[in-house]
Amino acid sequence: MDGHDMMARIYMKMLRTRRFEESCAELFAKGLVHGTAHLYIGEEAVAAGVCSALRKGDYITSTHRGHGHCISFGMDTSAMMAEYLGRETGCCKGRGGSMHMFDIKNGNLGENGIVGAGCAIAAGAALAAKKRGTGAVAVCFLGDGATNEGSFHEAANLAAVWKLPLLFVCEDNKYGLSMPSNKAMNIGDISKRASSYGFPGKTIDGNDAMEVYGQALCAREYVAQNGPMLLVCDTYRICGHSKSDKNAYRTDDEIETWRKKDPIMRMRKIMLESGFAEAELVCMEEKAAREIEEAVEFAVNSPYPRPETVCDNVYA
Amino acid sequence: MRKITFQKAINEAISEEMRRDRDVFLLGEDVGAYGGAFGVSAGLLKEFGPERVMDTPISEAAIAGAALGAALAGMRPILEIMFSDFVTIAMDMIVNQAAKIRYMSGGQAKAPLVIRTASGCGTGAGAQHSQSLESWFCHIPGLIVVAPSCPGDAKGLLKSAVRDDNPVIFYEHKLLYKTAGYVPEGDFTVPIGKADVKRSGGDISIISYSAAALTCLEAARELSGEGISAEVVDLRTLRPLDTETIIRSVSKTGRALIVHEACKTGGLGAEIAALIAESETSAKLKAPLKRLCGLDIPVPYSRPLEKAFAPTVDSVTAAAKELMK
Repeated sequence: MDGHDMMARIYMKMLRTRRFEESCAELFAKGLVHGTAHLYIGEEAVAAGVCSALRKGDYITSTHRGHGHCISFGMDTSAMMAEYLGRETGCCKGRGGSMHMFDIKNGNLGENGIVGAGCAIAAGAALAAKKRGTGAVAVCFLGDGATNEGSFHEAANLAAVWKLPLLFVCEDNKYGLSMPSNKAMNIGDISKRASSYGFPGKTIDGNDAMEVYGQALCAREYVAQNGPMLLVCDTYRICGHSKSDKNAYRTDDEIETWRKKDPIMRMRKIMLESGFAEAELVCMEEKAAREIEEAVEFAVNSPYPRPETVCDNVYA
Repeated sequence: MRKITFQKAINEAISEEMRRDRDVFLLGEDVGAYGGAFGVSAGLLKEFGPERVMDTPISEAAIAGAALGAALAGMRPILEIMFSDFVTIAMDMIVNQAAKIRYMSGGQAKAPLVIRTASGCGTGAGAQHSQSLESWFCHIPGLIVVAPSCPGDAKGLLKSAVRDDNPVIFYEHKLLYKTAGYVPEGDFTVPIGKADVKRSGGDISIISYSAAALTCLEAARELSGEGISAEVVDLRTLRPLDTETIIRSVSKTGRALIVHEACKTGGLGAEIAALIAESETSAKLKAPLKRLCGLDIPVPYSRPLEKAFAPTVDSVTAAAKELMK
C-alpha cells in the first residue's frame, strides 16, 4: 500500500470511530442505551495509527474505552453498534456490551472492564505467537491510569524476561476518571517506566495519526525481533470518563485547548497538504457517516436476545 | 494394577498430555529444574525442555493472565500456582477474565486453561499457606473446580481437565502428594462432574472431597466396627456438583454428614446442605443435616492447634454417631 492509500485508510478508521462515538452519545441521550459508554473522542489517532501498522494474525487487547481499537482493528461497526444496544445481532450477542466487545477469530482478545487486565492477557497471546513461531505480535492498549496497576508492572516484567513480541501502547489521555495523571504518579513521562524492566519506552504525539503510524510500524518491527516496548501516546480525552461525568474536575479552557488539537482535523490538514482534494475528503467523511447511520439503523432494528437463552455459553 | 503416589499420578498426567498434544505446556514458579515446590513436575524439564516447562517470575497475576492469553490464542496451558492461598493475587485473571470471557464474548472465546494448586493444612505452613478456598471458585459461573482424593482420580481428572475447553481450578491437597493408590496403566480419563461412591453403605451418607474424603473413609471403617454402615461420597468435582449422586445416596440412607476442611461459613458444605434441603429427600430425612468443617478461624501454626482446626477421624466418627442416635 502506498502512502496515499495508507493515509486514506487511517483517516477512514478515525472518521468511522468518531461517527460511531458520536452516535453512541446520541443514542444514550435519547435514552436508548441500557448501560454506559466510555467515548474515545479525541484519541482516534492512536488506534487508527497503531492498528494500521499491524498485520493479519496479530493480536490486540483493549480497554474500557475500546470502541476505537475495535473499529481500527477491523471489527464490523454494525455488529458493534448492535452490541452497544444489547441486541442478539451484536458481536457478542448482547452479552458483553460497550465494555466487552470481542472478535476472537481475528485476534481481538477484547475490551476489558478491569483497568490493566489486558496487559497479561496480551503477554500470553504474544507467548503463544512466539511458541508457534508465527511472527505475530500482540498489542496491549492501556491508559495512563493502568500503568499504576500491578498487572501492568507484572506483565511488563514477564514480557521482558521472556522477550515476548508485545507492544504496550499507553494512551496518556491525562486522567484516570477524574484523577489527573500528574497526581497519580510521581513521574512526568510514563515511557520512563519501561526502563525499570529493561526495554525501550518512547513518548510520541498521540494526536498525529501519521506520527503514530510511523512509530508503530517501527515498534512492531522492534518487538517482533527483540521483545517488548512501551509506546506512550500523548493525547486527551475530550468527553467525560463515562456518560455520567460532569467534568467537574477540569476546566472548559483545558478541554478547548485540546479540541484545537483534534486529531481528525490535523489528519485532514496533513492530507490536504499531501495532495488530497477537498472533495475526496468530503466523500470519505460522507462514507463514514453513512456507514455508521446504517450501523445504527441495523442495531435499532435488531431483536433483543430471548430471555430463555440467558444461560447459553457459560461453558464451552 | 500398579500403585503410585498422588504426586506421581499428576506428573504422569501432565507428561502424557504434553506428549499427546504439542499445545499443552506447563508454567509456574519453580516447575523446571526445581521440579515444582511439591515435586510434581520432577523430570519434565528434562523431557520437554524449557520452552514447554517454563519457570516463571513470582508474579501470580501475570502468569495467570499469560496462561489465559495463551489459551485464547489456541494453546492449552497448565499453570501451577504454588500454594492455593496465592490465587488471591491472581484473582482478577481467574474470576473477572477467564471465567467470564466465553459468556461475555457471546460464545466466541474458549479458555482451555488448567490451574493446578496445592491446598490445605496439616504441614505447619501457617495461615497464609494452608487455606482451602475452593468454595470461592465454586461461586463463579464459568469455572470448573476439581478436588480429587486419590491418585487414580487425580490422574484421570487432570487429563480430562487438560482436554476440557473451560478454565479448570485443580486442587491438590498437600497431604495427598505422598499417598499411594491404584492407577491404571495407559491412557484413561475420569469424567468431570461425576462424584464417586468410595464406600457403599446404608445407614448414613458422608459427603466429602479432597483429603477430607480419606478421613471420612477411615471413619467409615471405624463406624462399621460399631455396626454403622456409612456410605462415603467423594465429590471429586466441586463445580459442577454431581447433585444426582448426592441425592441418590441421601435418599438411600436418610442421613447426611457433610465434611470438608474449608471453613464452615460460606463453605461448599452449605451449598450441599441446601441442595439436599431443597430436594424431595429432605422430607424423608431421619436426622437433621450436619456439617463438619474447618473452624471459622485462620489456620493456626502450632501442631496441636492445627490438628484442632480440621475434621479428624474421631470427629467424623463422633458426628456420624450423633446422627445415628
